[in-house]
Amino acid sequence: MAAYVIRRLLVNALVFVLISIGIFVLVRVAPGDPVRMMVDPEQMRGGGAAFIEAKRHELGLDRSVVVQYGNWLSGALHGDFGYSYVANRPVSAVLGERVGPTLQLMGAALVVALVVSVALGVAAAVRRNTAVDYGATVLSLAAVSVPPFFLGIVGIYLFSLKWGVLPSAGMTTPGGGGPVDQLRHLILPGLILAFVTAGPFTRYVRGGLVDELGADYVRTAEAKGASRARVVMRHALRNSLIPLITVVMYQIPQMLAGAVVIEQVFAWPGMGQLAVSSIGQHDYPVIVGFALYVAVLVLLCNLIADVLYAVVDPRVSLR
Amino acid sequence: MTAMPAGAPAEKVSKKPSLEKGPGPGGAPSASPRARAVRRFRRNRLAVAGGAVLGTVVLMSLLAPLIAGDPNAVDLDAVRQGPSGAHWFGTDTSGRDVFARTLYAGRVSLLVGLAAALGAVVVGTLFGAVSGLFGGVVDNVIMRIADIVMSFPTVVVILVLAGIVGPSVTVLIVAIGMTQWPVAGRVVRGVTMSLRDREYIQAAEASGANARWLIRKHIVPAALPPVTVTGTLAVAQAIMLETTASFLGLGVRPPQASWGNMLNDAQNLTLIQTMPWLWIPPGVAIAVTVLAVNFVGDGLRDAVTPGGRT
Repeated sequence: MAAYVIRRLLVNALVFVLISIGIFVLVRVAPGDPVRMMVDPEQMRGGGAAFIEAKRHELGLDRSVVVQYGNWLSGALHGDFGYSYVANRPVSAVLGERVGPTLQLMGAALVVALVVSVALGVAAAVRRNTAVDYGATVLSLAAVSVPPFFLGIVGIYLFSLKWGVLPSAGMTTPGGGGPVDQLRHLILPGLILAFVTAGPFTRYVRGGLVDELGADYVRTAEAKGASRARVVMRHALRNSLIPLITVVMYQIPQMLAGAVVIEQVFAWPGMGQLAVSSIGQHDYPVIVGFALYVAVLVLLCNLIADVLYAVVDPRVSLR
Repeated sequence: MTAMPAGAPAEKVSKKPSLEKGPGPGGAPSASPRARAVRRFRRNRLAVAGGAVLGTVVLMSLLAPLIAGDPNAVDLDAVRQGPSGAHWFGTDTSGRDVFARTLYAGRVSLLVGLAAALGAVVVGTLFGAVSGLFGGVVDNVIMRIADIVMSFPTVVVILVLAGIVGPSVTVLIVAIGMTQWPVAGRVVRGVTMSLRDREYIQAAEASGANARWLIRKHIVPAALPPVTVTGTLAVAQAIMLETTASFLGLGVRPPQASWGNMLNDAQNLTLIQTMPWLWIPPGVAIAVTVLAVNFVGDGLRDAVTPGGRT
């Protein structure tokens, strides 16, 4: 077990280095002076060409590319992503305050998506090839076919503008506040992200449960007189949810992509909105910082998925 | 659509997986894997309906110059007009015809979707075949890369690339191809590995066939049915990604219309409230097209999978 985890960690570290090289290349390709990217703007003020030259030397920008990459990576690993052009503050601080809202949006959506998809997936699997099943199929296909930004605009049109029951933007009412107000702001973006996420989940739950219901132990349980509900809930569902754990971990990075779009529609002050607005403002250090954040998140989710899968299901051999 | 040929044998006559045979033109027509797949597909009502809708969308996009006027013609005497006989979907804030823009946008979205999906499938087929043929370390490395790439959100890759290199259709196609290949890659790897143990492949190898020959003559034909399925689903995915990127302002650049950037134009509360004809047509167009492609892809999967829907 320990050897397996260590091996996975090493593979992930290697992949992270590869990704970071890719991002580093992009940083070099990006227009703009790297000195400006890395030096605190407060220090730059009043500094002339000689100052910038001295800084260039200090930062090692006159050294070889390999040394530069090493410096950059060790800085990034210590949380030093340079300075935002626009905010004139460290990228880690600018990004850091955006993590919370994004996690809140994704967390709420994930909980709703899991509850809905398990219920719908079980109903579809138990009543296979009935209207319920086809309905679930169509709904889960719709979830991956209707663009979330269109759903967002429709939601704003109906609930905010036409009926005036839900707010159309932000996390709280400026000046107002309170938990109820926050919840009202969360409903539209949260439900739309949940809908998009629940689509694939439902298909996995249904597929997994259909497979399990065909297994021998299900017939045994039924032969011993267990009720249908007991067979489904206590026996088959438990086993069929094992693969869902990994699917959820793999889907979290995809949820982040959905959050990027939804934050944009609802002016939700998260990482995605920051990244999109940074592109418009050519704030390259923030874009690079965002890319590294996502890379770490992806690798972490992959690692957790692999390990959890092995821990939960004793049948999985740890190669 | 058309009725089934009379006297066609029941579906369960042969359970031989269609991918073992390849879509050869010869043989008895009613028993060939392709004929059986076509028949199964036709029986799937959702898939046939999806195909019909998709056909209509493609046709309307292709015939856009005949059906609609100039999508970029600015008419300042007719700005912000609701739907009418002259402008079926009304006009936007520059007086451009929304109907014409929706049709022309369809050309861009379909083209980008097709090109990106094709790229992903070609790259995936190549990597998958190499992975399955050589096995061992090569296989391990390629599949690990595939795992990571697959879990990397494409939207973020587009965002970073477009943010640094600048948004363009090329960036879109490259980014989608780069991140979507593992789906086809895994499928082809699976097919290749199941082929490796078959006598005719071993015979080909024994008579001196190299990897290139094996891939071209044996693996690609055998993998074609399942790859068609992943390719179709990849088109849906790619259209979705293109419109998402264009909506974020990172894809197709104005004044060229794309379904995504038409929705981007409608991103303020006043326009959303007062001019729904600006954002409903492109939004519905995306949803209908992607849904249709997904239905067709699903139908194809059930059609080429022995045993049908599980």
